[in-house]
Amino acid sequence: MKIDPSMLKPSAIANSNTIKSTKSFILKYQVYFLIGSLLILSILPLFTNRSYILGVFCRIFLYSILAGALNTINGYSGQFCLGIAGFFCVGAYSEAILSTAAKMNFWIILPIAGIITALVGLLVALPTLKMQGIYLAIVTLGFSEIARLLALNWTSLTGGPMGIKGIPVPEIFGFALKTSRHFYYLYLVLAVIFLFVTSRVIRSRIGRAWMSIREDQLASKSLGVFTSRYKAINFMYGAFWAGIAGAMYAPYVRFIDSTYFTLDEGWNILSMVIIGGQGTLIGPIVGSVIVNYLTELLRPIGQWRMVAYALLIIVMMWWRPQGLAGASNSIVAVKGETRMRHRKVSRKEAQA
Amino acid sequence: MSSLFEAKGICKYFGGLKAVEQVDMTIEEGDVFGIIGPNGAGKTTFFNACSGIDKPTKGNVFLQGEDITNLTPEQVAKKGMARTFQNIKLFRYMSVLENVKIGFHNQLRTNIFDSILHTKTYREDEAYANRKGLEVIEMVGLGRFTETLAGNLPYGIQRKVEIARALALNPKILLLDEPAAGMNPSETHSLMMFIKDLNKAGYTIAVIEHDMKFVMNACNKVLVLNFGQKICQGTPDEVRCNQEVVEAYFGKGVATGGATNGHA
Repeated sequence: MKIDPSMLKPSAIANSNTIKSTKSFILKYQVYFLIGSLLILSILPLFTNRSYILGVFCRIFLYSILAGALNTINGYSGQFCLGIAGFFCVGAYSEAILSTAAKMNFWIILPIAGIITALVGLLVALPTLKMQGIYLAIVTLGFSEIARLLALNWTSLTGGPMGIKGIPVPEIFGFALKTSRHFYYLYLVLAVIFLFVTSRVIRSRIGRAWMSIREDQLASKSLGVFTSRYKAINFMYGAFWAGIAGAMYAPYVRFIDSTYFTLDEGWNILSMVIIGGQGTLIGPIVGSVIVNYLTELLRPIGQWRMVAYALLIIVMMWWRPQGLAGASNSIVAVKGETRMRHRKVSRKEAQA
Repeated sequence: MSSLFEAKGICKYFGGLKAVEQVDMTIEEGDVFGIIGPNGAGKTTFFNACSGIDKPTKGNVFLQGEDITNLTPEQVAKKGMARTFQNIKLFRYMSVLENVKIGFHNQLRTNIFDSILHTKTYREDEAYANRKGLEVIEMVGLGRFTETLAGNLPYGIQRKVEIARALALNPKILLLDEPAAGMNPSETHSLMMFIKDLNKAGYTIAVIEHDMKFVMNACNKVLVLNFGQKICQGTPDEVRCNQEVVEAYFGKGVATGGATNGHA
C-alpha cells in the first residue's frame, strides 16, 4: 500500500528520542547491575558464616520469589490478588506432607508442589474470572483464610495445630543441605531461575496479553485476546511460583504449622510489591530487600514495626506510587505521572 | 451468501429504553459505509451489538454468511472484524509497537514453554510480530513513535495508533467509532484521505462519524439513525436530500411550517 506519510503529519512532537535513550541506558545499567550483584551474592557466604546474616539473605531471596509471583498477578495483569499467603501455604504443606508421609525426594516434590498450587490457583481463578478490583481482592483474601483454616483444622492430613514436624532436608547426590549457607545457595539459584523465566514470559505474547488486560480489558478482547484464559494462566503462573517458594520454605524451617501463613504474611508480601514497584521485574526484589532489612532493623520495637510498615506504605503511595523501581508502566503510577506532568507544566508556566 | 457483513433486525433494549430498534445494515466488500445520526441516536450501541460487546436483544449479525450474533468480542475479532472505540482505548503504558503487537495475538502460536525456552516458534513469532508491526506503523505514518508509550502521544496520533492496532488483525471489516472526534479540520482531512487510501488498499470500512464533510466525501453508502431507528439509507447524495434526515438534524422549520399550516 502506498500512503504518503506527509499527509499524516503528527500535529505535535512527542519526545520519542529522549524516552528511547533513557530506556536503553536503564536497560544497559540493569544488566551490569544484575551481573555485579549476582557475583557479590555468590561469593558473600565465603566471608561470613554467621547464620543470622545468611538467614536474613535466605528470607530476602525467598520473599523475592513470593513478591515476584504476586507481582505477575497484581503488577502485570492488574488483577488485585491478596491471597498469596494461601498459595504459599498450599506449597509448603504439599512439600511437608509428601516428604514426611510419602517419603518422596525433595527434587521430585518441588515441581509437584508447584503444580498442585497452580491447580489450586486455577480453582480460585475459575469462579472469579469476571471479577475485578476490590471484589477479586476480597475473594482471594477469603481463599487465603480458607487455606490457613484448612491447615489448622484438617488434623488427619496437616497435623492441625500441632503442625508437621521433622521435615527432611533436601539432598544433592547424598549431600544434605543443612546449614543456612546451603539454603542460601539453593534460594539464590531458584530466585535467579524465577527472575530469568519470568523475564522471558513477560517479553512474549503471553506477557503482552497480560499487560493488555491490565491496561484495558475491553480493548484487549476486541483485539482477539481471550482474556479469561489469560487471566487463568496468569493466576496459575503466580500460584506455581508461590507454591515453589512454599515447598522450599518447609524443609528450611523443618517444622510448619498454620501460624506461618496468616494474612499478615500476605500483607507483608503485598507491601514488598508496592514499595518495590508493581509491574517491574526488579521491583519485588527491591521491596523484599527493604522490607526484610527493616524487619531486622526494627526488631527492638517489636509489634510497633507493623506501624512503621503502614507509614512506609502511606508515604510511598503519596510520594512515589509507582514504587521505588520506578515503573512508569504501572497502574498505580497513573495518578503520580499525571501529577508530575502537571507540576512540570505549572513550573514552566511560572517561569514564563 | 453474497454480502460481507449483514445485520438483520437488530434491537437493543436497556430495560424499557429502546436504544436500537429494528435496524438492518448490509455492507458489501469494498464499501466505506458511513453511519450518522444525532447525539444519542444509538450509533455506538448498534456498533457494540454488531461486534459482540453487547449482545443484541433481537436480531442477527452475519459475517460472510456466518452467524456471529452470540460470539464473544474475542471470537468476533478472530473471525476478522476489528474495531476502534469512541473514547480511545489504548494500552497507555505500553509502547506503540507493543500496542500493535497485541493485534497480532491470534496470528502467533507461542505458548508459555516456547517463551521460556526461546524455541523456534517463539523466535519466528517475535520476528514476524516485529516485522509486521513496524510495517503497519510505517503504513499509518507513525514510524518515529515506535518506542514511545502510547499514553504520551497527542490525541490525534493516539487515534492512528488505535487504527494501526486494529489493522494488525488483518480484518475483513474495520469498524471505526468516531475516528475524527476531537480532531481539528486539517487532522480530519488527513484522516479522511487515510481512510480512502485504506479502502483503495482493499479494506472494507464502516465508520460512525459526526463530521458531515467527512461522511459525504469518504463514504459511498450512508445509514442514518435517529432515536434508535433507521430513517434512511443510500448514497451520500440521496441522504442529503432526504426530508426526514434534514428534520432529524435541523428540526422541522417552525417559522415556515407554522406559516404553511396557517394557510391550510
